[in-house]
Amino acid sequence: MAFELEALLAVTALAAVVVLAAPDEYAERLALLGSLVPLVGSLYLWSGFDGSGNALLADGELAYETTATWIHLGDLYTLNWHVGLDGVSMPLVVLTTFLTSAAILSAWTPIDERQSQFYGLMLFMEASLLGVFVALDFFLWFVFWEFVLVPMYFLIGVWGGPRRRYAAIKFFVYTNVASLVMFVGFVALVFALPVETLDLPTVAQSLRAGELGSLAGVHPSTLKGLAFLAMFAGFAVKVPVVPVHTWLPDAHVEAPTPASVMLAGVLLKMGTYALLRFNFTMLPDVAAEHAELIAAIAVLSVLYGAMLALAQQDLKRIVAYSSISSMGYVLLGLVAFTTYGLGGATFQMVSHGLISGLMFMCVGVIYNTTHTRMVGDLSGIADRMPVTAAVFVAAAFGYMGLPLMSGFAGEFFVFLGAFQSTTLASAPLYTGVAMFGIVVVAGYLLWAMQRALFGPFFSAEDYDVVPAARHDVLPLVVVLLAVVALGVAPELFYDAIQDAVVDLTRGGTAAAVGGALGLLVAVPGGED
Amino acid sequence: MASVQLHPLTPQILLGVAALVVLLFDSVWPQSRNRGALAGIAALGSVAAGGVAAWFLAAGSGQPRTGGAITEFGGQLVVDGTSLFFAVLVASVTVLVVLASYDYVADEPYVAEYFGLVLLAATGMSLMASANSLATAFVALELASLPSYALVAYLKSNRGSVEAGLKYFLVGALSSAVLAYGISLVYAATGSLQFGDVAAALGASTQAGVLGLGVLFVAGGLAFKTASVPFHFWAPEAYEGAPAPISGFLSSASKAAGFVLAFRVFTVAFPLDVVGDLAIDWALLFAVLAVVTMTLGNFAAARQERVKRMLAYSSIGHAGYVLIGLAALGGSADGDLVLGASMMHLLVYGFMNTGAFVFVALAEQWDVGKTFEDYEGLGREAPIACLAMTVFVFSLAGLPVGAGFLSKYVLFMGAVGAGFAWLALIAAVNSALSLYYYSRVVKAMWIEEGDGHGIETRPVGTYAALVVALVATVGLLAAFDPVADAAVRAAGVLLG
Repeated sequence: MAFELEALLAVTALAAVVVLAAPDEYAERLALLGSLVPLVGSLYLWSGFDGSGNALLADGELAYETTATWIHLGDLYTLNWHVGLDGVSMPLVVLTTFLTSAAILSAWTPIDERQSQFYGLMLFMEASLLGVFVALDFFLWFVFWEFVLVPMYFLIGVWGGPRRRYAAIKFFVYTNVASLVMFVGFVALVFALPVETLDLPTVAQSLRAGELGSLAGVHPSTLKGLAFLAMFAGFAVKVPVVPVHTWLPDAHVEAPTPASVMLAGVLLKMGTYALLRFNFTMLPDVAAEHAELIAAIAVLSVLYGAMLALAQQDLKRIVAYSSISSMGYVLLGLVAFTTYGLGGATFQMVSHGLISGLMFMCVGVIYNTTHTRMVGDLSGIADRMPVTAAVFVAAAFGYMGLPLMSGFAGEFFVFLGAFQSTTLASAPLYTGVAMFGIVVVAGYLLWAMQRALFGPFFSAEDYDVVPAARHDVLPLVVVLLAVVALGVAPELFYDAIQDAVVDLTRGGTAAAVGGALGLLVAVPGGED
Repeated sequence: MASVQLHPLTPQILLGVAALVVLLFDSVWPQSRNRGALAGIAALGSVAAGGVAAWFLAAGSGQPRTGGAITEFGGQLVVDGTSLFFAVLVASVTVLVVLASYDYVADEPYVAEYFGLVLLAATGMSLMASANSLATAFVALELASLPSYALVAYLKSNRGSVEAGLKYFLVGALSSAVLAYGISLVYAATGSLQFGDVAAALGASTQAGVLGLGVLFVAGGLAFKTASVPFHFWAPEAYEGAPAPISGFLSSASKAAGFVLAFRVFTVAFPLDVVGDLAIDWALLFAVLAVVTMTLGNFAAARQERVKRMLAYSSIGHAGYVLIGLAALGGSADGDLVLGASMMHLLVYGFMNTGAFVFVALAEQWDVGKTFEDYEGLGREAPIACLAMTVFVFSLAGLPVGAGFLSKYVLFMGAVGAGFAWLALIAAVNSALSLYYYSRVVKAMWIEEGDGHGIETRPVGTYAALVVALVATVGLLAAFDPVADAAVRAAGVLLG
């Protein structure tokens, strides 16, 4: 054991402490430097990634795994320190470190007070997000999961917009209630199993082997259903799906742009990641039982989120609501429960993380210069800020699923997986309706761009609109390059992802799987 | 080689001796204002008591691996895992209170009496953890209570303090009477006072009605000490009016002592499998009390405008969580985990709650005011103290910045395991909503812009107490194993 993941977490937390203690004038440079270390570290982990199979299932080897006993509860239960990476968590770890560096760079212009606290909290958030994706023991995972709330509360509350106090407390309490409901649901499952640990792989394998007994007289099948419901409700708030999405627009609109980048880019993925790890890995039978309902929720999120986005004037609100729509695709991919569906959902998490982060950064750069985000108050920005506008357009096309952008690959895999689904009786219907969401996305993004970016220059606020500074444009370009790279070569992540999800469906469509690009060609004449 | 065997009750003896040394010091140098020496004696005594208790606990004294519980004075007192665990708890809280009081009493008369009373109360609380008969339980409880009444009213030129002391005394006297009457009824029904003998005589008792009433009255007397509904209404006034370090002392150590007594009385003297046959279902009683206590405490806390009063009500809420440990024993499953989790939560609560009250003590010394608004902008002026307070309240709310997260979730987990998922769910929702009022303090300190408070002093004792509580609260997050393990094992012994 070489403790690579421990080192990654420790370095990030250490950077956070250093930045927090540093004087304000050095904070931004130190923070960028501090975030590059875990970024390089995660790239190193990626390059040396040799995991195989799913982290929660028996077959396969985790990369960088360590296990140690953390707490004995008498002779009854043990809580472990258990971390490791598989093909699902590895891309998310890379996404987290990459997006944090970009978000920190994008904060240089807008954040002009209490810098050391701001950047210190950003790095603390990075550390806890990394913890969420690497932890494989429930209690340890839950520590990181809940800790994420703390820096985000401050980031919204201190540096946010006019209604920041309300948004921060709403985010805090809303998501915390959800987590607690989920906690009770999961723990109830553990007590009905013949295991003496909260280790996620052990619990998952025991559940999949059908070892669930009854708890306090509740029949296993009822218990399973209730636990599934509790966990689904808890995670659905995090994702968020309609109708429990109402905290998101408030949090997004009030949050400072770099925090929005992290919120849309990584925090929302916690919810879908947990749905994949818990609901769909541990209780696939219950998920299949309620597949129609879940698919309906997914499609509703896609369409309702898109409709809400269509009705907005504020660029940031447009991007925020469109995130709800995009996360609906992830849920659809999960519930389809095919290799492409699950793999596509995971790929879409990464892809949407990058693209939505990029969109928020673009909106932030425009706002920094023009001091407005209202579509009606702006016109012809492209003349004055050509690079920013170009990136905005590119990102929007990524969102719409333009080929050779990561959004295309993610949505393509999801739709492919959803079409093939045998779990969903009326899979083509759901898929078809969800695909219509893309049309709406195209509608509102094109409309917004056409009004704000093009045409004769006009700004309602009296500020000098000049091209953005180099350190503002740099993260835009770098993230865009990543979006394109994943669009051209989705196998960079997709091979590992597919390897990690293929066993979940126990066979399923696994036979049809080749390399990711090969599959684009292979499918039309494919297995079905 | 000659070896000295320490008396099993050394922690309690050390606390008592320290109290006497303080009083001796006062009689040699009457009216002495040498608070350095007095606080030093008190701190030394409580550190030694806590250290010895921790050492005994680690070495296995009175625990199954070294031959089981040690009884003293004909079985009137007992030393086992539970008593040592709570001796550590009481001594730790006492250390914090003494450190914080060093500055707090700087301008007050009767410094020696103050520290003497603190140590005597601590001795009583520590003995409550060792009480093995209803007689010693009552004596220990009075030893803890009487100094507490005086301490609450210590700021005798402050109307709030005096009023709180009187209220606390009157309700306390009433509940002592209730407890004593309950004890007499139990004695009437069983013919003995020692916990083990009471349990043995229960089966043969023909007076289930008298016994049931006795159990109910004993529960009532202990509900007072733990500030549980329906005997909670003294708590907000007493905690708010008392000197802030004493508020921390009462809401942490005194509450924990009340709980350990309740744990021992109800599991050893009135074991559920025996009294259950007599249709005395105290677990159900505690389940109802737990729900009402936590809900009432939380909702009342959310409505407060003054920080100290909010903490007082939140302390009632936490009593509700701890009551789950007793309530869940009514389940089918093994209760070790949930009862042990209650003990863990009390220990962690001892650090984080006392820490929060120490911060209030600091704010009182700085004269910043009492309400949330008065705390606005403090974060810029006193970052370290405010960081500590942030950790305390977030840990109280159950966020993983401190060990309060672990103890609370192990408690909820234990409740689910015992088949009380509904109770865990109510507690969990309560806990999540408590974030609302706890974060108001944080919001005031860090998010709001204040007008400045002109803070110049950095009281060394209070800061030391804050830092010790901070290190313990955060440190236990990583090093929770010894606490959790000891608590679950101790609970296992109690449940037999």
